Amino acid sequence: MLDSTEGYVTADGRQIGGVVMELKNITLRFGGVEAIKNISFDIRKGEIRAIIGPNGAGKSSMLNVISGFYNPQEGDVIYKGYKRPRMRPYQVARMGIARTFQNIALFEGMSVLDNIMTGRMNLMKSGFFSQAMWWGSAAREEAEHREKVEKVIDFLEIQPIRKTPVSRLPYGLKKRVELARALAAEPQILLLDEPMAGMNVEEKEDMSRFVLDVNDEFGTTIVLIEHDMGVVMDLSDRVVVMDYGKKIGDGTPDEVRNNQAVIDAYLGVAHE
Amino acid sequence: MLYREAGDFKTSYASDNQTFPIRFDRYAYWVVLLLAVCVVPFFLNDYWTKSIIVPFLIYVIAALGLNILIGYCGQLSLGTGAFMAVGAYATFKLTVMAPGLNVFVVFILAGLVTAAVGVLFGLPSLKIKGFYLAVATLAAQFFLIWLFTRQGWFFNYSPTGMITMPVRTVLGFAVTGPSASAAAIYMTCLFFVIVMAWLARNLTRGTTGRSWMAIRDMDIAAEIIGVNPLIAKLTAFAVSSFFVGVAGALLFGVQLGAAEAGEAFGINKSFLVLFMVIIGGLGSIMGSFLGAAFLVVLPVILKVLLVDSLGWPSDLARHLEVMIIGALIVLVLILEPHGMAALWRTIKDKLRLWPFPH
Repeated sequence: MLDSTEGYVTADGRQIGGVVMELKNITLRFGGVEAIKNISFDIRKGEIRAIIGPNGAGKSSMLNVISGFYNPQEGDVIYKGYKRPRMRPYQVARMGIARTFQNIALFEGMSVLDNIMTGRMNLMKSGFFSQAMWWGSAAREEAEHREKVEKVIDFLEIQPIRKTPVSRLPYGLKKRVELARALAAEPQILLLDEPMAGMNVEEKEDMSRFVLDVNDEFGTTIVLIEHDMGVVMDLSDRVVVMDYGKKIGDGTPDEVRNNQAVIDAYLGVAHE
Repeated sequence: MLYREAGDFKTSYASDNQTFPIRFDRYAYWVVLLLAVCVVPFFLNDYWTKSIIVPFLIYVIAALGLNILIGYCGQLSLGTGAFMAVGAYATFKLTVMAPGLNVFVVFILAGLVTAAVGVLFGLPSLKIKGFYLAVATLAAQFFLIWLFTRQGWFFNYSPTGMITMPVRTVLGFAVTGPSASAAAIYMTCLFFVIVMAWLARNLTRGTTGRSWMAIRDMDIAAEIIGVNPLIAKLTAFAVSSFFVGVAGALLFGVQLGAAEAGEAFGINKSFLVLFMVIIGGLGSIMGSFLGAAFLVVLPVILKVLLVDSLGWPSDLARHLEVMIIGALIVLVLILEPHGMAALWRTIKDKLRLWPFPH
């Protein structure tokens, strides 16, 4: 086992840092249903951490716990060495955690540009009255942040659609705009909930490239849920495997691939 | 040929983000503004001012306010009439209590009072949405009107239950009361329309506007990317009520001169402004102007057409008027469910490419 402060070097030679977030004995219940049962794992700075498991395993619930959408009944989320108190999701966002959604959750009535600008909400400081007068800090800040947003737009290659209303975009592009919105917030941890669901091979390749580029260029820690095993095994540095709300495996892709409990969960054995 | 973006290059983000990206639009805006301020006041007569122009300007402000709440923030409200009443009664009480205060300041203070009341009645929006919220705001409508018609303090125990606006002057011109000239009341309302439309545009183009629209389009996602729903919803209620309150203050102070809450600010007013916003176009500043124009000007045009030109009896004309307007509302919404602003946008898009279809 690794110490929480020391890093490790990945198979492709990237240096991974110490633990940035630790989930300790998380239990989440909905009434009588235990969606997550006593799960612990850590996320290290700069790594791509995948969460996999069959449908209904509790992966999305886990992501919702991290992003503050659900508050677990038991267990602690330890972020940058401090135990995180109960928080509303917008407070979690302000601590540098951004996410995308399984079913795209863009603001359909707004343009691509406005969607991505909304992602920078927490970095913009101008006051209400400055905005009402569009004088001083508000106008200046709008242009400054627009420049940052244009960098994200360039990065994700969505320049031609920046003024298009989101509702007119095809599915694959919407997924990309959603990633752009999350990236615009300059997060330290980026949570991706099935970024490649429903995509064809080329789109998956594009998206995989973007995920790797984001990690490489900005050093963003990425937590991702994905069903495409090829993608997961290729992209991720370490994988958590969940089944029926329990953690059944944790380790590098190779370790997980050879784990008997994981093979059983995917191929199916009789549960006692 | 004039209506082109070609050759009009934007070299800064500020210029790319301006309100009228097309040069022709920019010039048209300044020409309209110049005409409205410098030319129109000299050609006003009492009838046209009191029955069309001033109501149009006042309802533009109310429609802008409601559009911010419904069109931008997605919070349904049926309490507009009552919030206008708050603006009107605040104006009345303030003019009586502080006779020396400039009437423009009074109108703005009345707007602020309404904003506070709006925030109070906006609190349920933190828990309930959509039609349920609309029903909750109906409570505001009936409660406030009850307060203003039953509690003597609000109308200074006048035996008729009416409130009347005393004469107030600005720069030596009477702007309220019976002696106010058509030009003076026109300029008063125009001043507020210009300032309020400018404020509305600024608020909706920046961070505040985006947080409202984020809440409207998908409130859960908005919260997860960092929008505080409490702040977003309550600022929308505050700003919206401020606009509606100023509109109510102007309606009472400048246009009517005397009013009674139940009659002038009943549920009909709420629906009238709601129709303006829906027909004009939700989430559009231009739509608020178009919607207000449609519902204020059309009845007058129909009346002129039917009674004055065709010589029909006025009661028959009035009934027909209602039916025609109803039919036109349905027609507009079938042709363009997103309101007249969307129609306007389509026309502009076509104009850009004219004479080619694509």
